[in-house]
Amino acid sequence: MTESIALLTIFVLAAFVGVEVISKVSSTLHTPLMSGANAIHGVILVGAIIVTGQADSAIVVVVGLLAVVLATVNMVGGFVVTDRMLQMFRGPGARKKELRK
Amino acid sequence: MIPTWAQIGYLVAAVCFIVALKALSSPRSARAGNLLGAAGAVLAVIITFVAYKPDHLTPILIALAAGTVVGVVGSRRVQMTHMPQLVALFNGVGGGAAALVALMELGEVSDDATVAAIATAFTILVGAVSFSGSIVTFAKLQELMTTRPVTFPGLPVLFIASIIGGIALAGWLVSDPRVWVGVLLCLVGLAVGVMLVLPVGGADVPIVISLLNAFTGLTVAAGGYVLGNTLLLVAGTLVGAAGTLLTKLMADAMGRSVFNILFGAVRGGSTLG
Repeated sequence: MTESIALLTIFVLAAFVGVEVISKVSSTLHTPLMSGANAIHGVILVGAIIVTGQADSAIVVVVGLLAVVLATVNMVGGFVVTDRMLQMFRGPGARKKELRK
Repeated sequence: MIPTWAQIGYLVAAVCFIVALKALSSPRSARAGNLLGAAGAVLAVIITFVAYKPDHLTPILIALAAGTVVGVVGSRRVQMTHMPQLVALFNGVGGGAAALVALMELGEVSDDATVAAIATAFTILVGAVSFSGSIVTFAKLQELMTTRPVTFPGLPVLFIASIIGGIALAGWLVSDPRVWVGVLLCLVGLAVGVMLVLPVGGADVPIVISLLNAFTGLTVAAGGYVLGNTLLLVAGTLVGAAGTLLTKLMADAMGRSVFNILFGAVRGGSTLG
């Protein structure tokens, strides 16, 4: 019981943190932020690896491997595509450096 | 069950995600923030391999490599203008992965863990909604289908009936965790996802992607609860909460309400996109 209360506490606190950290986002960054958040939930990959690693029957392993592939696409693709979007949003400092080169 | 060092490592990864979201909110630090998030994710995956010592290691690594190739090639090749639908697709497969993880956990849920059973049912239902909804948004943005709102007589009734059916099935699953009930719940979720997105006009689709993104975040959080994994719980909740606020901010920026975007066409309002 105490463990489920601890998990519930973490859930509620994390919800407040999630709202707080993005509350001052500038509107030009809405799409990259969505894409970055999308990449972060690709961490379900961790869950997919754990359940596949404990699976016994062949069919569960196959389903688990499918979950691993899907979660990896979400995570890796998400971070790469966000990086590509953000190349358009480089700060003035980065642009100056490039000019000097 | 998992060693203390691994839990601390998960905590570090969770902090990476929080700082990454914060940095992504400002143009100056956004790119570094994204890289920090990626670093946290890589750290989390490495910790998982070392701490849990999963069986079937070779197939898992092959699946990981395959997913990486698809993800990198997909996001490098895509044109700039096609990025929103790619995000939708990535979000959808993430939701699908969460639903599959929950389905696999069905056999593991013990009889006395009611909350875990509810979390499992939630993950299956909402993960499936996020998957099929994202596929439809992808099809709309890629112009594989019409970008105009699609409705038909009886859609609202069918939609509400499906949601009630889904909740009833979820209740059944909580009292009697059988795999076939879970599969049925998954199918109902897929239908709900399609019906949720069909009436949305093309111009409003990015906001729906953001909403489905928040949904997937919540399913990951529920999946983390089922597995007792604090990292999944924190990361999923962060994305769920941030995604919900972001959806509202995006709708505000367009001078629309989220409710009107989702259900305007059904009510007969003007949501031509």
